[in-house]
Amino acid sequence: MESITEKKQIELADMATLIREDIVKMLVEAGSGHSAGSLGMADIFATLYFGDVLRHDPQNPLWEERDRLVLSNGHICPVLYATLARAGYLPLDELTTLRDFRSRLQGHPHRENLPGVETTSGPLGSGLSQASGMAYAARLDGAKWRVYCLLSDGEHDEGNTWEAVMFAAKYKLNNLTAIIDRNNIQIDGYTEDVMPLNSLATKYEAFNWHVIEIDGHDYGAIKDACDEASSVADRPTVIVARTIPGKDIEYMENLPEWHGKSPNVGEAIEALRELRTLQGKIEAEYD
Amino acid sequence: MNEKINFPAEDLASNRDGFGDALVEAGRLNKNIVVATADLSESTRVEKFAKEFPDRFLDVGVAEQNLVAVASGLAAAGKIAFATSYAAFSPGRNWEQMRTTISYNDQPVKIIGSHGGLSVGPDGATHQALEDIALMRVLPNMTVLAPGDYEEARKATMAAIGHPGPIYLRLSRDKTPKFTTTETPFEIGEALLLREGSDVTIVSTGTITYEALLAAQALAMEETSVEVLHMPTVKPLDTTSLLNSVRKTGCVVTVEDHQIAGGLGGAVAEFLSESHPVLIRRVGVQDRFGQSGRVNELYAEYEMDSYAIIKNVKEILARRGKN
Repeated sequence: MESITEKKQIELADMATLIREDIVKMLVEAGSGHSAGSLGMADIFATLYFGDVLRHDPQNPLWEERDRLVLSNGHICPVLYATLARAGYLPLDELTTLRDFRSRLQGHPHRENLPGVETTSGPLGSGLSQASGMAYAARLDGAKWRVYCLLSDGEHDEGNTWEAVMFAAKYKLNNLTAIIDRNNIQIDGYTEDVMPLNSLATKYEAFNWHVIEIDGHDYGAIKDACDEASSVADRPTVIVARTIPGKDIEYMENLPEWHGKSPNVGEAIEALRELRTLQGKIEAEYD
Repeated sequence: MNEKINFPAEDLASNRDGFGDALVEAGRLNKNIVVATADLSESTRVEKFAKEFPDRFLDVGVAEQNLVAVASGLAAAGKIAFATSYAAFSPGRNWEQMRTTISYNDQPVKIIGSHGGLSVGPDGATHQALEDIALMRVLPNMTVLAPGDYEEARKATMAAIGHPGPIYLRLSRDKTPKFTTTETPFEIGEALLLREGSDVTIVSTGTITYEALLAAQALAMEETSVEVLHMPTVKPLDTTSLLNSVRKTGCVVTVEDHQIAGGLGGAVAEFLSESHPVLIRRVGVQDRFGQSGRVNELYAEYEMDSYAIIKNVKEILARRGKN
């Protein structure tokens, strides 16, 4: 049973499209950066920030009771920056300073630069550890806030990730929700070719996590999974979200070569047209 | 001789015990202290803390990368987080996690690297961290401490708790002479003048400072006046005390249980070569790995004991005399 209305789903879809447009504009302006994962995670970011999942206050980014969102795979920061801007943490026109000299929008996110960024990240594998430390501290304090950790599938190649998986299960961190972007690509190719991960769900189950598998583009499923995670009493939850890298831009979808590169001007124009016409399903109002 | 120190020292104790004793006392007063270790609770002397405060103690297993990144998360949520292991593994194995999640992320984690230096002894080269000061000294935001004995480690631990930034605190396995007392001053960033002299300055850090004191005493019998400047803080370097001493003596011998590259000797040479060039000799491990043995055997083999320090002082004075 889906906990959000059809109207809300349309709102979230519209927001996700705006975020994707922002991402394309940021990346073409920057001339470098990570397209595929950023676009693939837009629906999850839209749901977390605009679908009543995260408790947060853009006017008070350091609010003690806020939920903490740890972006472990920092290279998809365009989607974080765009979402934070849409939520009011920074001006929208600042987005195109991505990767510029002296920009608050560093190529990989830095905590001290930008309100709403909880950790500095980029080097893979240590976000879940930091999220676990935060969750343990929250429990010690009897605090109600939750920790959401977003991870890539590729960073499960890192031993550090599995150290954290064991740790969170040992301490039964039920205030921790990990969301894995299972898009099957990493910089050198398909995950199953570079280093086979096989079933992440089976692996997490074996480590005593509560596991939910969803379509990472289904707003209702994302919201329901986050709600379900909050109701688990004795263990951390992982949401394995199957996503399409480069989602909604046909020439990028599912292609590993778009993991770590940005569109050129012609490609960006094509991408924006696709986003604005829902891949040709409606007439372009901007043409 | 500084009146507030014990020389010759009558008692022995390890500085890791000084850390562990201070930690449990601090834990009683400050409920915000949380301690994590990587399967080394007894060796890093956090057993007492673990027993008294089980909720505020985390054993992450043999997982040093997770150790420091979890500690970063604890600090991000407002805890005074300690992360303890052997220096050979932490920072030896998890330096990138320290760089990104603690140093650049500027989280005030207190990283404890025990078993620093050759003085680990019988465990051999794999467990003798000879590079940790160098690794930690190059990290922005990081403060690097290497206390000289039990009492100083107690004070360094208390100071680390009150310090707003990240700290690397290097400890030793071995029981070493207690040359400082509860009265001896300690401030992060301040050198301790142990002995005044006019011919040469010995700058030393960690427990090997006692060898420097022995050398200075022996040299005094031969009418050589040695100033001994103990530096429990390697970063930030107390350049004021260093300059004051070197302006007087005109030459320096550095002493540390660490590679001569990148550690205290490196820091002193970097500073003096730019601001007050003088002859320098660096006593320490000279681009080699350690091996199993007793500490006195190892310090003799690697030319780091008081006899080696005396030899270096004589050589530098002879060379200066010719100039």
